[in-house]
Amino acid sequence: MVDISTNLSGIHLDNPVIPASGTFGFGREFWDLYDLDVLGSISFKGTTVEERYGNPLPRIAECPQGMINSVGLQNPGIDEVIRHEIPELARHFHKPLIANVSGFKVSEYVALAEKMDRVPEVGILEVNVSCPNVHGGGMAFGTSCENVAEVTREVKKVTQKPVYIKLSPNVTDIVSIAKAAEEAGADGLSLINTLLGMRIDIQRRQPVIANKMGGFSGPAIFPVAVRMVYQVSHAVQIPVIGMGGVSSARDVIEMMMAGASAVQVGAANLVDPYACKKIVEELPILCEKLRITALHDIIGCVS
Amino acid sequence: MKDIKYTILSNEALTRDVYRMVLEGDTSECIRPGQFIEIRIPGRYLRRPISICDYEEGKLTIIYKVVGEGTMDMSTWKAGQSLEALCALGNGYDISAAPDQPVVTGGGVGVPPMYALTKALLAAGKHPRVALGFNTKDEIFYEEEFKALGVPVSVTTVDGSYGTRGFVTSVLGDADYAFCCGPEPMLKAVHQSVHGGQFSFETRMGCGFGACMGCSRKMKSGYKRICKDGPIFPWEDIQW
Repeated sequence: MVDISTNLSGIHLDNPVIPASGTFGFGREFWDLYDLDVLGSISFKGTTVEERYGNPLPRIAECPQGMINSVGLQNPGIDEVIRHEIPELARHFHKPLIANVSGFKVSEYVALAEKMDRVPEVGILEVNVSCPNVHGGGMAFGTSCENVAEVTREVKKVTQKPVYIKLSPNVTDIVSIAKAAEEAGADGLSLINTLLGMRIDIQRRQPVIANKMGGFSGPAIFPVAVRMVYQVSHAVQIPVIGMGGVSSARDVIEMMMAGASAVQVGAANLVDPYACKKIVEELPILCEKLRITALHDIIGCVS
Repeated sequence: MKDIKYTILSNEALTRDVYRMVLEGDTSECIRPGQFIEIRIPGRYLRRPISICDYEEGKLTIIYKVVGEGTMDMSTWKAGQSLEALCALGNGYDISAAPDQPVVTGGGVGVPPMYALTKALLAAGKHPRVALGFNTKDEIFYEEEFKALGVPVSVTTVDGSYGTRGFVTSVLGDADYAFCCGPEPMLKAVHQSVHGGQFSFETRMGCGFGACMGCSRKMKSGYKRICKDGPIFPWEDIQW
């Protein structure tokens, strides 16, 4: 019997598989398809202080082995999320949730953290300082050590829950930003968010996406994600949740060998709504083939 | 919605770039005309949303236009091959809301879903008439199939090479209630010519089943996902 459980800041996860924020909504589109309790946790749709519609259409472009999205954090706002979405999700998923939050200034991150701190279903706060789809917003925080440190410090002051900072790959040196978050008190890190990308319709001579650029995700970015998870996890002492193009049990194992304590699955949910369930089912079988008896033993095993 | 494996029974060209594919497999999730399926294309990342033209137990017909690399791949698939698709997606047309004599309008590759719709309206005892719009004579398909259902059919072409010259709006007459599927300028023109109806929207989609928020559009009642809350929206809810 293979032990596929893992641990994030003292929170036990039955397995390391977590749907990534923005690809799973608040679970509604998936709970009729399979039992959500097979998942390790769920990082729900990025939540902001106010309701947001997001960017104009089209918001989606296909790429070889991936896609670009410029949704722009469409969500009903934190009050509605706490009042309506989390209780509904908690009826179908009975484990600690990961609350993904996004702000446009430090005071908004603080307000979001204060409110999420009072929600018992939330196990971990995932602070998104890296959304590429909001002008003058999330990305600005995620690309400077000082800003990431300030957001981390201020959020830590108002919540008892573990705080994970979700980092952008669109930076010169992700390790220095990761260290800044760690020194400011972050309990863990999530990486990577999407890579900033663009496609052009060569017949219309215009960008495919109305907002011109968007976040590039999918298997095409997996090697970049593995590299960054490897670099960061070997430079910090806090746990790392690895993500970026993870699509199979073998990708989960590779990400954990690179240094991830748990793994998020993003774009794969959109092309196969059963992706996470299949990965959870495949994990013990693949572990047995690889003679892994406890999955947590392999975390960061590649030096 | 189910992830279903289908066997291709036939895949043939109807015009220079429009193809009809007949699939054999589970159609138990098809509950209304106007729904769509999302087809996995080997080697391409996102699935392709294609409207359902007709369905019966164990058999599904789709009609698609080659507009890019994915649909180009589809046009090369042969009978006997299999494909994977999520079926069925979207809300579909609400027949019960239709008056006795609605007009059914389709433009270009917006024509296919109107075929199952017309059959369903007839089965419900209604008396629809059909208006089909195309750019030119050589792009016309399914005129005979609609006529075989025993309904009045008008065809318009933009260049006047067949039927009435112009857009479908030129043959709507005093129609009050329209079912409509086609490019957005056509939806808008038909929407402004009538006082009620149901309109099918199209856009680039991510997932096709409501998870990614990649296809939200502003409606009077708020932002709606074309893939999950639509693709069909009532006349009253649409704003331009």
